[in-house]
Amino acid sequence: MVTDQVLTPHIPRTIKYSRIVLAAALLIIGVALLLVGFGISISYGAADVGVMDVWNSLFYFDANQAPHLLIYELRMPRAICGILVGACLAVSGAIMQGITRNPLATPSIMGLTQGSGLAIAVAMIFLPAVSHYEMVIYSFIGAGLSVAIVYAISVMSPGGMSPVKLVLAGTVVSALLGALSSGLAIYFQVAQDLSFFSAGGLTMIRWPVLDMLIPISLLCLALSIVISRYITVLSFGEEVATGLGQRPVLIKTMSTILVLMMTGAAVSAAGAVGFVGLVIPHIIRSLVGVDYRLIIPCSAVFGGVLVTYADIFSRWINEPYETPIGAITAAIGVPFFLYLARKEGRGL
Amino acid sequence: MRLALYGRPRFVMVVLLAIIVAVFFISLNSGSITISPLEVLRTLIGRGDEQQELVLFQFRLPRMIIALLIGFGLAVSGVILQGLSRNALADPGIMGINAGAGLAVVLFMYLVFESKDVQGLSTMTIPFFAFCGAIITAFLIFMFAWKKGITPIRLILVGIAVAAGIGAVNTILSLKLAGENFMYATIWLTGSLWGTSWTFVIAILPWILILVPYAIMKARYLNVLNLGDTIATGVGVCVELERLKLILASAGLAGACVAAGGGIGFIGLMAPHIARRLVGPKHQVLIPTATLVGALLLLTADLIARNILVRAEIPVGIVISIIGAPYFLYLLMKTKT
Repeated sequence: MVTDQVLTPHIPRTIKYSRIVLAAALLIIGVALLLVGFGISISYGAADVGVMDVWNSLFYFDANQAPHLLIYELRMPRAICGILVGACLAVSGAIMQGITRNPLATPSIMGLTQGSGLAIAVAMIFLPAVSHYEMVIYSFIGAGLSVAIVYAISVMSPGGMSPVKLVLAGTVVSALLGALSSGLAIYFQVAQDLSFFSAGGLTMIRWPVLDMLIPISLLCLALSIVISRYITVLSFGEEVATGLGQRPVLIKTMSTILVLMMTGAAVSAAGAVGFVGLVIPHIIRSLVGVDYRLIIPCSAVFGGVLVTYADIFSRWINEPYETPIGAITAAIGVPFFLYLARKEGRGL
Repeated sequence: MRLALYGRPRFVMVVLLAIIVAVFFISLNSGSITISPLEVLRTLIGRGDEQQELVLFQFRLPRMIIALLIGFGLAVSGVILQGLSRNALADPGIMGINAGAGLAVVLFMYLVFESKDVQGLSTMTIPFFAFCGAIITAFLIFMFAWKKGITPIRLILVGIAVAAGIGAVNTILSLKLAGENFMYATIWLTGSLWGTSWTFVIAILPWILILVPYAIMKARYLNVLNLGDTIATGVGVCVELERLKLILASAGLAGACVAAGGGIGFIGLMAPHIARRLVGPKHQVLIPTATLVGALLLLTADLIARNILVRAEIPVGIVISIIGAPYFLYLLMKTKT
């Protein structure tokens, strides 16, 4: 087939051996951290659950025991959701940064979360009986709307978007969509409900949410890994990619769809959890280099780690109240953003 | 030719003033209780009935005067920031100064409103807190952006980062407020002219009266700074000091405005821009024109906010965002990097 030939790029296939070792080590450390975090997350909470309960509920589940039910019904979906949301957001960020070659291109900065928020506000108001499945769909539509706006602006502006302009565009699209949703929310008096939702949190996560989240995110994450090497080539520039016989438009379209699916799924489950997509890919890239075959899997794992621990932290920091998880990721992300802003010229 | 150039700003300003007066009167007439123009005039000279007097003097007039003052203040604040950052896209809202003022107020509400009821105290203390918040935020942005001097791009990026951080803290705090206070805080943070009274007018008037003329006085520094640091230093301007003074003036204005009207964004962006189109980049005429444009924008937005959706007033800040954001995006597409 001709297409096969066209799609197979002749990029340098070798990655430095040391990078692979480092990435493997990172993956092992990351998975270990995830397992520990998962354990802490399901044993920690208002009702104290012993380590044995956790173990037993995982391997010898007994529906008659209260702690088992608690773990199964509340804590477990929550912990799994955290991992998936983190992975999706981090990988979305990595892909966006790669294909736009813009270090600040991430879901939260491009206004995707606000777009989902608006769509969800509309759904909350006009379709009060909306099911969670439908909510996810609306969230996709909203995320798509905002990314389409920012993308259209960057395409239409002469000479493309510099990082600064991208941030400005994202900030303003966020402001616009945010204004629209708070206007609607105030008018229809659902402001506080919406605010709780969009502040981000895993409190309300139950199994039905995961019925949708698990397949979408696993599929998208797998596809991201599959297309990762094309993203590497694209990250060297469109000319290079075309020169190597790639089809930049095809890859960009596929990546955009993946990003939208992942961000939409994440936001519909957990609300606005910002900065995960900014911080994690940056750190990973500084460790393992520019090859997205390594960046994407490592970002997925560490995105999961970040959100899992942020969730634990959000429950612990001000017991018995839960602090919005988005605020905790912002507390990590903002100093990082400041650091990037000060490094302007190199990092940006 | 020379004469024409000289006459133009004055002509523009006169036209703007005329439109403002017209909108002011329309605004006085309209609302949930309509009062005919003739009755408005009669009431203004003290011959209206009691209800009309109450509506005009206690509700509409202070609110519209506040709209005018906030329009002045935000426009000048925006002119200064745009001049300093040499970036036509700067605005106190985008740079996080509004958010800082908002945080101070939400913090105040969280600490005081939640524990006891002190309505009387709040009218004067809220502006004060907002003002402190704005100044502290400006300092923070200046500090973080300082690295052997300030570059315009760094200033904006740092401003956005600080805004994001403050936004997160705001979310945490406002979620902790009880239902009614939460609603109040939300409306307030999006920018609203609800419940403005003469006390608010008195509270923000001094800031406008002092800082707007101060900015006009400093106009020539803004002209020079706009040319770039090298030239500014070359003609003998102490760049960093002037920059700090002007940032503080800008923050002071934004703080006072946020105190009275909440987080009204985009006026500081749009007004200078429109003014620059009308009278050109010279700050001596740009600043006065921008104040008029700002006042007109806010007055009109408030008129829309009050009348389009009568059932529940939409905060004026939302109206401004819905008009302002597309305008900003249009500008963004047009400007070259």
